Amino acid sequence: MNEPLIRIENLYKDYITGAGPVHVLKGIDLRIDRGEFVAIMGPSGSGKSTFMNIVGCLDTPTSGDYWLDGQNVATLNANRLAEVRNLAIGFVFQGFNLLARVSAEDNVALPLLYAGVSRSERRRRALALLERVGLAQFAHHMPNQLSGGQQQRIAIARAMINEPRLILADEPTGNLDTGTSHEIMDLFTALNRDQNITIVLVTHEADVARYAHRLVRFLDGNLEGDGPTEKLLARVML
Amino acid sequence: MIIGDLFRESWRALGANRMRSALTMLGMVIGVGAVVLMMAIGQGAQYMVNKSIESMGSNLFIVLSGATTSGGLRFGAGSTPTLTLGDANAIAELPAVGAVAPVAPGTAQIVYGPNNWSTLVHGTTPSYFKIRDWQMASGTIFNDADVRSAARVAVIGQTVVKNLFPPGVNPVGKTLRISNAPYQVIGVLASKGQSLDGRDQDDTILVPVTTAQRKLFGDQFPGTVRFMMAQARSAQDMKRAESEMENLLRQRHHISAGQEDDFSIRNLTALAKTASSAASALSFMLGAIASISLLVGGIGIMNIMLVSVTERTREIGIRMAIGARSRDVLTQFLLEALSLSILGSLVGVLIGVGFAWTVTRFVPMTVVVTAWAIGLAFAVAAGIGIFFGLYPARKAARLKPIEALRYE
Repeated sequence: MNEPLIRIENLYKDYITGAGPVHVLKGIDLRIDRGEFVAIMGPSGSGKSTFMNIVGCLDTPTSGDYWLDGQNVATLNANRLAEVRNLAIGFVFQGFNLLARVSAEDNVALPLLYAGVSRSERRRRALALLERVGLAQFAHHMPNQLSGGQQQRIAIARAMINEPRLILADEPTGNLDTGTSHEIMDLFTALNRDQNITIVLVTHEADVARYAHRLVRFLDGNLEGDGPTEKLLARVML
Repeated sequence: MIIGDLFRESWRALGANRMRSALTMLGMVIGVGAVVLMMAIGQGAQYMVNKSIESMGSNLFIVLSGATTSGGLRFGAGSTPTLTLGDANAIAELPAVGAVAPVAPGTAQIVYGPNNWSTLVHGTTPSYFKIRDWQMASGTIFNDADVRSAARVAVIGQTVVKNLFPPGVNPVGKTLRISNAPYQVIGVLASKGQSLDGRDQDDTILVPVTTAQRKLFGDQFPGTVRFMMAQARSAQDMKRAESEMENLLRQRHHISAGQEDDFSIRNLTALAKTASSAASALSFMLGAIASISLLVGGIGIMNIMLVSVTERTREIGIRMAIGARSRDVLTQFLLEALSLSILGSLVGVLIGVGFAWTVTRFVPMTVVVTAWAIGLAFAVAAGIGIFFGLYPARKAARLKPIEALRYE
């Protein structure tokens, strides 16, 4: 049997708050294969973002297992996790999370710095990717000189620079208008189709979710639905 | 190499907040500047003291003739001239003594042409020049034959030259008058500057001891001298030389056991050591006081780095999310602290040296800027950068990626 890219079994996440523990994820089981394009939907507080952070190795689960590419993530130390975030995963955030006062080119190239790539090589690859997302002429602009859509494309270029197997996008179009949203989604589609990069994205919008082939629904920390996007969306519409 | 890249990231962060970086650095600038300046002043003092000690001569004793008691009234050392030229010759034969010079001092009025000057005239022997390690600027010293014949010859100090002879005139060969008697100048002493107690050592005239005794000052007690300067063969021989001299003089002066000495022997080297250690204590204290401002500068760096880490929590989160390891974050913040302290100390050294130089121009004071002091200030500053930068840097490195990312 083929090992999936992401295999999650019985995943729990609790937060300890002043009012006692809050159960955010209550036993999630999920497999995502290589090359899939998965959208995650669900109401606020259903645990989507927490789930994404755990998949992105930014956060650790309270219990349960997570294998990324056959590797049990729980066995990795902090340095190896940083390496996974650096090389295996590209993260795209709702709020872009670019470094202010750092040029578009340097933002895109930053993950390469931590991968120990030489300066000239970093520059070459960053420029190539900026070209790819259509922002070559903005290489020396600062993030605050760019529109939201442009900033998100920079962020996507940054996520792709180490040629990861997996791109995680947490509401990447949440801060963008409809037209720009579709441009961004077209970019994700192209990455998925042309480079067979696995994409998992969280969204609130059905229009955005439609770009994905598979839809996973969260409700109160549980999986409430999992299937082909159109089928699941149609069920909701009815 | 990733450290070079992290260094560039650090500089970008410092450059983004220039005013703050400059003010933080100012603490180090003042600290290092103060240390460099204070050390320069302290070492200058030490240098001056050591120079005076050297000008005195090394491994020296002064042998003074004794105290007198007259009707229960005790006079000070030297009040009775009990030391004789014979004593001096006998001391010179002692194995641990290298050289001895009897000295018959007195004040006299000197006249050359229209100028006159009152100065200290020392009657002594040729070994005096050796004992005091006194070089000649021109001419020669008087020799043993001059001493035997009580010749009217004089070797004069620089201050005397300055006061009696017009500029450009070579005093050697000229005849001047000491207490109205003519003396031929045969040599001019090289300058020695001030002594430890601040006297001008160059304001002196040296004549053969016999000349001073018989012709210049006359003597109540023929053949006696006020004091002698003796030099041990080496620093190790100091103790031996002292006891040898004491035994010899007691014997020669017929002092029986239990009776008080009619002379006293003073070890000038011990005195010099005291002065030298006082100067180095001063130097150390100045440096220590200035170091406090260095410490304050370091705390300033820590303070700003802590603020910076808090302000940039989100940036740290982003860096971690895209693959920065804890040690990358640690290195970056440590390099920021280190840059502040090293750049600050660089400017501080320049300012400290500049001030030291200015001080010498406007105040008659010797300052000595040594590479050693600058190196020390640098090393301490770098140490402070690491020490005070480590805590904020660790704080940054220990952030959890997700918490740092969520920080508002």
